[in-house]
Parts: sequence; C-alpha cells; structure tokens
Amino acid sequence: MAASTDMLEREATLQGLGTSRLRKEDARFIRGKGTYIDDIKLPGMLFGAMVRSPYAHARIKSINKDKALAVPGVVAVLVADDLKPVKLDWMPTLGSDVQAVLADEKVCFQLQEVAMVIATDRYAASDGADMVEVDYEELPVLVDPHKAMDADAPIIREDIADKDEVGHGKRTHPNHIFTWEAGDKDATDSVFANAEVTVKEEILNPRVHPCPMETCGCVASFDKVTGQLTVYITSQAPHLVRTVVAMLSGIPESKIRIIGGDIGGGFGNKVPIYPGYVVAIVASIVTGVPIKWIESRIDNISTTGFARDYHGIGELAADKDGRIKALRFTALADHGAFNSHVSATKLPAGLFSICTGSYDIPTAYCRVDAVYTNKAPGGVAYRCSLRVTEAVYLIERMMDVLAQKLSIDKAEIRRRNFVNADKFPYSTSLGWTLDSGDYHTALEKVLQAVDYEGLRKEQAEKRAKGELMGIGLCTFTEIVGAGPTKVCDILGIGLFDSCDIRVNPTGSAIARLGTMSQGQGHATTYAQIIATELGLSSEEIQIEEGDTDKAPYGAGTWGSRSTPVAGAAAAMAARKIRAKAQAIAAHLLEVGEGDLEWEIDRFNVKGNPAQSKTMKEIALAAHTGDLPDGMEQGLDATEYYDPPNMTFPFGAYVCVVDIDRFTGETKVRRFYALDDCGTRINPMIIEGQIHGGLTEAFAVAFGQAIPFDENGNHLGNSLMDYFLPTAVETPHWETDHTVTPSPHHPIGAKGVAESPHVGGIPCFSNAVVDAFAHLGVTHMDMPHTAFRVWQQCKALGINTR
Amino acid sequence: MAKKQTVSFTLNGTQVDVVVEPRELLIHSLREKLQHTGPHIGCETSHCGACTVDIDGMSVKSCTVLTVQCQDAEVLTIEGFEQGGELHALQEGFTQEHGLQCGYCTPGMITRAYRLLKENPSPSEEEIRYWMAGNLCRCTGYQNIVKAVQYAANKLSSASA
Amino acid sequence: MIPREFDYHAPQSIPDALGLLAQFGDEAKLLAGGHSLLPMMKLRLAEPGHLIDLGRIRELQGIREDGDTLRIGAMTTENQLIWSQLLQDKCPLLVEGARLISDPQVRYKGTIGGDISHGDPANDHPALMLALGASYVLQSASGERVVSADDFFVGMYDTLLQPDEIMTEIRIPAPAQGTGYCYAKLKRKVGDFATAAAAVTLRMQGETVQEVAIALTNVGACALRAREAEDALRGKTLDDAALAEAARLAMSICDPVEDQRGDVEYKTAMAGEMTRRALSTANSRATH
Ligand SMILES: Cc1cc2nc3c(=O)[nH]c(=O)nc-3n(C[C@H](O)[C@H](O)[C@H](O)COP(=O)(O)OP(=O)(O)OC[C@H]3O[C@@H](n4cnc5c(N)ncnc54)[C@H](O)[C@@H]3O)c2cc1C
Ligand code: FES
Ligand code: FES
Repeated sequence: MAASTDMLEREATLQGLGTSRLRKEDARFIRGKGTYIDDIKLPGMLFGAMVRSPYAHARIKSINKDKALAVPGVVAVLVADDLKPVKLDWMPTLGSDVQAVLADEKVCFQLQEVAMVIATDRYAASDGADMVEVDYEELPVLVDPHKAMDADAPIIREDIADKDEVGHGKRTHPNHIFTWEAGDKDATDSVFANAEVTVKEEILNPRVHPCPMETCGCVASFDKVTGQLTVYITSQAPHLVRTVVAMLSGIPESKIRIIGGDIGGGFGNKVPIYPGYVVAIVASIVTGVPIKWIESRIDNISTTGFARDYHGIGELAADKDGRIKALRFTALADHGAFNSHVSATKLPAGLFSICTGSYDIPTAYCRVDAVYTNKAPGGVAYRCSLRVTEAVYLIERMMDVLAQKLSIDKAEIRRRNFVNADKFPYSTSLGWTLDSGDYHTALEKVLQAVDYEGLRKEQAEKRAKGELMGIGLCTFTEIVGAGPTKVCDILGIGLFDSCDIRVNPTGSAIARLGTMSQGQGHATTYAQIIATELGLSSEEIQIEEGDTDKAPYGAGTWGSRSTPVAGAAAAMAARKIRAKAQAIAAHLLEVGEGDLEWEIDRFNVKGNPAQSKTMKEIALAAHTGDLPDGMEQGLDATEYYDPPNMTFPFGAYVCVVDIDRFTGETKVRRFYALDDCGTRINPMIIEGQIHGGLTEAFAVAFGQAIPFDENGNHLGNSLMDYFLPTAVETPHWETDHTVTPSPHHPIGAKGVAESPHVGGIPCFSNAVVDAFAHLGVTHMDMPHTAFRVWQQCKALGINTR
Repeated sequence: MAKKQTVSFTLNGTQVDVVVEPRELLIHSLREKLQHTGPHIGCETSHCGACTVDIDGMSVKSCTVLTVQCQDAEVLTIEGFEQGGELHALQEGFTQEHGLQCGYCTPGMITRAYRLLKENPSPSEEEIRYWMAGNLCRCTGYQNIVKAVQYAANKLSSASA
Repeated sequence: MIPREFDYHAPQSIPDALGLLAQFGDEAKLLAGGHSLLPMMKLRLAEPGHLIDLGRIRELQGIREDGDTLRIGAMTTENQLIWSQLLQDKCPLLVEGARLISDPQVRYKGTIGGDISHGDPANDHPALMLALGASYVLQSASGERVVSADDFFVGMYDTLLQPDEIMTEIRIPAPAQGTGYCYAKLKRKVGDFATAAAAVTLRMQGETVQEVAIALTNVGACALRAREAEDALRGKTLDDAALAEAARLAMSICDPVEDQRGDVEYKTAMAGEMTRRALSTANSRATH
C-alpha cells in the first residue's frame, strides 16, 4: 500500500529515526549559554591551584607552606599529610591500581601533583602556589619502557614493590604491571615455523593526548549540616565517579550527587578520576565551602589522560598468494607511574584482541606487557574503545607490509583475506563474534569512487619522475559498545546502561540515561530513537543525562557505547511503554490487543484504520481511570540493558598524499571515507562525527606526540608544540556509507564516533609509507611531521636535488 | 598590592564599570565579574581562540588582553549577538549547517566570523579557512564551520541586497 | 598562567611615555600588542613592576610615504600592514611576510615595532627588515637616533634598544619598481614560528642578478643576513648551480637550536631550501 500523504506528514512531524533533524542542544551553545565546569559559581566558592613537581623522579624531603599561607587571599595549603587523616592520600584507579592523590614522600613523573593552594580567587591561588617551597632530592629516572624491567632499573613504585600483583595477574619485576595474552600461542608458533611467507615489523603508537578544547575541572561542594556532597565535574562517566567517591570517602552514594553539566569535548580524557577532583572534594569536606579546581592546558596535556604509548611488534604468516594463515602481535605498553588507565577488570589490555581486523585469520596470538615508567599515568581510549586504535593500527599496517613483501596490490591483499559477507556472525580466532559486515562491497564502492586504478597509474608516472605520491587504504573493523557484563566490568560494576522514560499526559516525554554527551548530540539522537518507537515528536522528548540524582545508573559515554548500549536501552524502554499503550488502546477501542496494528504514531484496528488511538490520546488515557482492569496509571518504563554482544562497525577509507621530498611536508590531497555503522539515526550528526574523528586522526598521524628528554622532562606540552590542526591544515573530507545493521541491537545501530579516528590513523600512515614503498620502505613511525618524513628522505638520499 | 582601578567600557552596548587589579586579564573580568561566560578559556597561551571577543572592531584573544587596556572600548561578546529575540545569521548558520558539537569553541568561532564577514562579506572557502585559523575546534573538523560562515554570508548579503 | 602584580600606565604621548620610562628605569616594560610580552608574563618569565602601554599614542600609528621612504609607525599592527594598499603597491614583501605571521587574532594586536623590538630570532619581521634594508627610529628623553636593521640585532633577545628608548618608527627605502621579492617560511601549522624562513629582495638586469638581499629567520641567535650568498649571486644568472651555491652559503651561517620543529641539520637544510625557493619566486616576480 502506498503511504498516503497523511502518513508521510505524520512521519515527518516525528522527526525520528533516520532524519537529519537539527540538534536540540545547539540553542544554548550558539548563544554562549552552555554551562561548562568553569561557568559554575557557588556562593563562597574558593579556588584551588596545584603545585606540581619540576622533576620526573625525586624524593620529597620537606614542604614548607609558610610563605604561601602568608600570601593575601590564601586560605589553606593541602599536602599528602593533610589527606592522611581522612584516608584520601591515595585513591583507587580504574585500572585496579592505586594512585597518590598528592605526592606522598616522592614524585614519580614531571608535574605530578604535590600540593593544592586554596585561595579566594585564582589570582591569589596562583600567587600562593608560587610560594610553596618543596625540597626535592632527585632520583634516577626511567623513561624508556624497554628498560623498565632491566635488573638495574630504578624502582618507580616503592609502595607496591613487594606486591606480586596489581589486579591483573602475576608481576615479575617491581616495574611490571601485568602480562595479558589471548589466542593459541603454540598453534600460532607452529604455523609461523612452517609458513611460506612471514613478515614482521616494529610499530609504535606514540604517546598522545585527546586534548579536548575544555580542560578538566570540578566544583566540589560539601554541606556540613546535611552531609551532602555535590560535585560538578567534567566526567564522561558520572555514575562511576559517584561510586568511586563513595568508596573513597565513606559517604553513602545516596548523599553524593555528581553533575556532568555541559562538557567541552572528552575524547577519553574525561573518563578517569584525577587527583585534582579528589583534593577539591577533600578541601570542601574540610572547609565546608565549595572548591573549584580547573586544570591549565599545559597540565592537561602533561598529567591527565594520555593515550596509547604501545610499542608493538606485528607478525603475519601467509601463503604465497597472500592468504594469511596466522597472526602474532605483541606490545609493550608504557602506562606511566600509576596504572590508571581505564580497563575492564578482565581485559587489562582492553579490546586489543580485535587485532585480527576484517580478516579471516585462522590462528592468532597476542600479548601485552605493561610497565611503569616515570611518566604521567593514563592510557585512556582517545576517541576509541580501549586499545582498539592500537590493534587496528597494527593489523592495517601489517596488511600493507605483507602486500609489499609479496608485490600484491594493497586492495587485492585485503580482498583475498576479508571475512566473506556470508560468514557472519563470524567467530575470530581471538574470541570475538563479529555481528555483521560486508567488507567486499564497502571496499569496491570506495575504490570505484576514487578511481583507484587511475590513481595507481598516476603514482607510477610520478615515481618515474622522482616525485612522491602515496595511496593509503584502510579497511578496518571496530569493536564498540562495551559491553556485555559477562566480559566487561569496571571495579566490579557491569558495563550495562539504562534509560528511564516518562510520558506526560499531553504526549510529551522525558527520558533519562546513564550516559553523558560531550558534543555527540545525545539530546537529539536519543529523542529520535524514542520518537520513532513511541510515535511522539522528537521535539517534545526531552533528554537528561549526567546528574546522578536524576538519571538511572549507567557506565557513561566512552568507547562509542552510547548508541549501542544506552540507545538500545532507550528503544527497549520505549517498547515497554508501547506494549502498555497497546493494552490501553485495545481497552479503549474495545478490541483485542491482537486486533491492533502500529502505524507511525497510533494503533489502528486491523482492516479498519479509521478506528484508531494515537499515542497522544493513549498518553492522556493512561492518566485517567479508564484503564484495563488492574492496570496502574502512568506511562513510564525503565530499562537496564545488558548487550548480548559488542557491535562491530566497519569502513573502507582511501587517502592520497603528495610529499615534498625537500622539506618533508605531506599534503593530503584527498580523503574518502565510507563508514558502515549499521542503522543511521541522524545522518547529519553521523557526518559531523566522521569529520571530527578524521580530523583527530589527521592530528595523530601528522603531528601529535608527547616527547620527553632522558630526564623525563616534557619537551612540548603546550599548544605551541602539541599539534591541533587549524582550518588551514585540515583536509577536506568526503564521506560515504553502506548500511549493514547489527542483528542483535534493537534498532540495528552500531555506533560511529570512533571509527573515523580508529580507521583514519592507519589510512594516513599507509598513505605516507606507500609514497616510499617503491624505495623499499615498509614502515615509518608516527607522527609523520615534516622533520621526520624528511629524515626518511635523507636516509634514502632523495632529499637533495 | 598594586592599586585596583575602575575600568569603564561598553559591553554589548551597555556601559559597564569593573574594578580590577592591573594584571587582571579581560577573559577573567568578563567571566568572573561581568557574568559573561560565553567566551571560554581553552589554553590561556593565545593559541586556541575560544576566548575571542571583539574589541573596537578587532577580533581579540581576551586571555591575552588586560582589562585595563579596555578603558572606553566597545566590547562585543557572543551574548550580544541575538537582537530583539532574533538570532544573528551566524548563530543560525552554525545550527543549520551543524557547525558545532560540544559547543566549547562556538562563541569564539561566531565572534571571529562576525568580524571576518564585516571585512569580507563574501569570502571564499580558502579565505574563510585562512581568516578563521586563530580558532581551534576539536570536534567538527571545520568543514561544517566553513559552511556555517558561508550560510551567514549568503543570508546577510541577500538581506542587504 | 597569571601574571605577577604590576602597575599600569597609559601615556597619551611619546614624551609622557619617555618620562615614565625615565622614572621607572629597569622596573618598566613597554607594552605594545602584548602578544609576546603578556604570554611571558603569564608564565612569569617576565615580571615587570610597571607596564607602560603604548596603545594610546597616536603618533606611533600609521603608514605613509615620504619621498622614497616608507615610514611605518611602530604600533602599526600586522593586519594593518596586510590591508595597506600603499604597502601592497610599494612593498609587497612586507604584506606577504605579515600574512605568514601567527593567526588573525594575534595579527590584530601584534605590532611591527613589538615584533622587532622583542629580539626573538623566531619572529619574522627582523629578517624581512634585513632584506628590505630598513632602519629604526629609537627615541629617548635625550633625543632620537636612527639605526640600521643590519646593526640592530645583537644576539638572542639582545638589540641596540636601551631601557630608556622607544622604537617609534620603521623606515623602509621603497624597493625600486620591478624588484622581485619573496618570503618563504616553513612552519608546522598556522600560528607556529618558522622552522626556517628566508626573505629575499632581488633586482635583475636581463638574466643577471644586479642586487640581492637574503635574510634568514630562526636559524641563529638573531635574524641572519646571508651576505656571502648575496655576494656569490651578484652578476650571475640564477640557474640551478647558482641557487645551489646560494643555498649552501646561506646554510653555512646557520646555527639553529634543536627543538620539536627539527634538529640542527634539518633546520639548516630548510634554511637552504627556503633560500632557494625565495630566490626562485623572487626571480619569477622580478622585472627582467
Ligand atoms: C600564538 C602566537 C603565534 C605567534 N607567531 C608568530 C610568528 O609566526 N611570527 C612572528 O614574528 N611573531 C609571532 N608571534 C609573536 C607576535 O607577532 C607578537 O605580537 C610580536 O612578537 C610582538 O609584538 P607585540 O606588539 O605584541 O609586542 P609586545 O608583546 O607588547 O612586546 C614585545 C617586546 O617588545 C617591547 N616593545 C614593544 N614595542 C616596543 C617599542 N615600540 N619600542 C621598544 N620596545 C618595544 C616590549 O617591551 C616587549 O619586551 C606569535 C605570537 C603568538 C601569541
Ligand atoms: S584561551 Fe585565549 S587563546 Fe586559548
Ligand atoms: S564544537 Fe567542540 S571544540 Fe568546536
């Protein structure tokens, strides 16, 4: 039956699933009326400024507060000893370790938190921080993770030197954190021993930082009379913060309220719990007045939430036709001085075992060894799920290495190894079940769009003239949506998520979820999901997140888990409501429930659509006495959703670069990104997420790094050196899509925000290395700065005329 | 302590007086004393443009200007864009073209684009990218910001035509 | 990120400013656009007790032509340089250079006088001034002197400026009609200082180099004039061999500091490469 105009109009007014409706959150942001952390101002509020260590490794001999306390406006100076009486000098991390809140007896990384000066405003606090006198005795510094487990390596963590484990199995050295492995080592070794071809490459994912435009901060407010603690905080996971704060402080969770507010970007930086938050909370408990702590940009890059620092070795075994027989990936992970990276208890190396990618690899083994060094703690997932960028980078780089070894085209090697579309759900040799995919179709679509053959021809001509042109491919599979509670928990709490929907009598609704938007547009997309499920206009569905007093428990927004987990919870809660609505409609229309069918925004009597009840009518009825026998009033539902599986978005990207061999500069001429994130909720928002993710990938590939000298001193930790591209450097992005819904997600959606970052980075690297492939180069480590690329040119003797 | 001074200037058309130490940065006076929290702090080192305001017809990073320098100045911030309940074409453009995500850079972006369009009412994409390069955004990848500025340029020029 | 306390003064005239300078001596710093000074004060690398703001002194503003000399007030901002039709016509090198400095917002505030006075080898104007044969007017309570750009830069953050002096004006002999020019700057991104850069002015007679000036940014303690390279080019055809020799000679005077932009070898090589590119472009723009 052709849809009537009336139906089309009704559908359109919902602005539901699949429409590029404008964002609901924009109204306040374009007026400068957002409420970010530094916008919060409470009566009597004091300001905390951190005193930080100039050394990477040193013993603290003494701290003298006197001069600081004499500065006008300074109210207090807190050091580790002041936190001891309240037992808050050390805190648990999200990686099963403990971390010094303020340095206790020694500092283990440069700019580590040593004291907090509390003053009437940030000027006085800053003056006071300058006057705190700390006497240090320098200790030998460990910077290179490869030397961490040497017999004579300086011991970084004396506090746990005698512990034979920190949450993730046996340790073999005081600087060893854990060793984690997956797959069949013996079987893999034997395939390698007998393989026709093997390739091996050392591949680094350098230490980088997510660097959202807003740094971290909080306002802690403890009411001594009621015993209530309210914390406004830049957190992607407010409920987890509340649980940790309760564990730390002994205050019951019912008396703690964590409020996320508007967050100026997170990208993984705002998942962990940082010392600044904890000291501010203590200071408020002690003083009874609100305390604000806001991180500076330099402190942000230097101390909170670095990502990556995975020193990998990739190996593939294949036959002469390039069909992969086995994979062996290992990585040495530099976690800094405390293991405060975010990880599920059973997955200390996160989802690294997704490293078999989009390929049908029968045998595989991977291992990660994590160590302490004198660097800032972290290991957050920078716009990706835990350790997925590291894994995808390895496999996508190694595919190219294998192709080069066998002189097989880089698109062809992928075709030969893809998991076929008819094999889904597909179980990987490292234990994941890929839900759905159609990799061949995606790749062919992209190759055609960019005229891949033509590009290769042009490249050959350029090479003949001595010019450097590179074509990068990446056909990644991502893993997002942590996750099934049987495999994923943090501090014992499962990574389910939740949604609570209440429909009002006049047919508007409010929904509250356990996630936390940092710019992803949740207020819009969740409303669209619910609009389509309930037949109510998304305009009248209000979304609330991030206030633990209001929203049901959830693990927050990171790892692209919002749509796969909380989005599913929203759909499921809406379906509970629709089921009740159906019963009410049947009662009102005096027919059986089975005689009704759903149509956009109403239940029709089958065969007689003139007889119907709209959702709005039902909403009103639900608040009257005219209900089926025994039914309660109201039209509400809550869903706690524990996903049966992760979701596995994928994509095919092509990047074309031209390299100036005399300066080392790389120009991205073209970037074509095809993403498949399953069902598309709001194409406009998806495209925006892809632009953003690709831009962050570009930044990582071409400039981002947190470099240190041999004494553990930072060599570039302001925005002068830390590369955030401007509109001038950023390439133009072309986007495309295919749609392969997730079979296990209620609406088939998979999550998208991270794919472009995860898939983009190897695509850029593959393009740069491809420019040198004819000269025998198989790998170049990031970042591909002009300087580093020039060094490659020089090593090849092509940097001069 | 250095003597505090009273500084008077026009903020979004309204005369304001603010008492500051000479070292107080304009961004702090605006945000802490004058309740204008639209301009944001993203770096404090003059690199990000989140704190951009318009002073006497110039786009300026207000983290790198002293409030005392603003005596008698005309200062415009994001809060001054909506007039009589009507959004400025740029505010509309940023929404229509999805030129923002977390919104943190947005006030600075819009304020900067405002001055750009005054100086060049119909900039090309290349000119927009070049003249907006003092504002960093981590979310959008700039492509839709360019479109948002073009949207506003078109709207403003058809309004004045 | 908060400066230390200081007193602020906003004189309305040059004599008033000079009076304040005389009064506070070493305690005082002049404030121009503030985009080098304030960042240093926020990091507490500079801690003046008195700040003397030049922003309200009208006489320090403006660009004008005085016979064959272009006279630019020290407080002229980068964007004013870029938008000056006079400079576009008479001295396009300065426009090209200013366009490569920092970002739009910084260019609304940053001044040519401040950029030069700061004495930072990473700043772009010093090399532009060397290539243009500029001179500076320095005024103190005891009078004014005019010093040539060639003599002005003494070392890292070290110039001929005395604590009681103000740079009031930059004087540039207008390049002859048909002079080729180029500022080739390699940088990591908009808003970054040069990894290396070369400023060139070039007069050709047919295919022969008649006059040439080459100056380099950020590859030494201050901007460098590549005199040997200039000497080697005079009277020559600008062929590949001549370009290579000029680049080699330019590189021979470089002594850059390693940082995140690159090591000594790279920066030196880039000074050579920028010299070569600036010469080629200048040649293509020159009247032959
Ligand atoms: C993000 C960023 C990027 C930048 N990138 C570049 C770049 O690529 N290239 C570049 O060249 N610069 C760059 N700069 C520096 C910028 O151009 C500065 O504005 C400039 O160096 C100093 O000029 P100012 O007017 O701001 O001087 P101020 O900062 O006010 O003063 C600088 C110094 O000069 C002294 N001074 C100023 N005027 C006079 C005068 N008339 N007489 C005597 N002494 C005086 C001051 O006392 C002070 O010591 C950048 C700055 C920033 C913040
Ligand atoms: S806060 Fe002013 S430029 Fe970043
Ligand atoms: S929208 Fe988030 S920084 Fe621009």
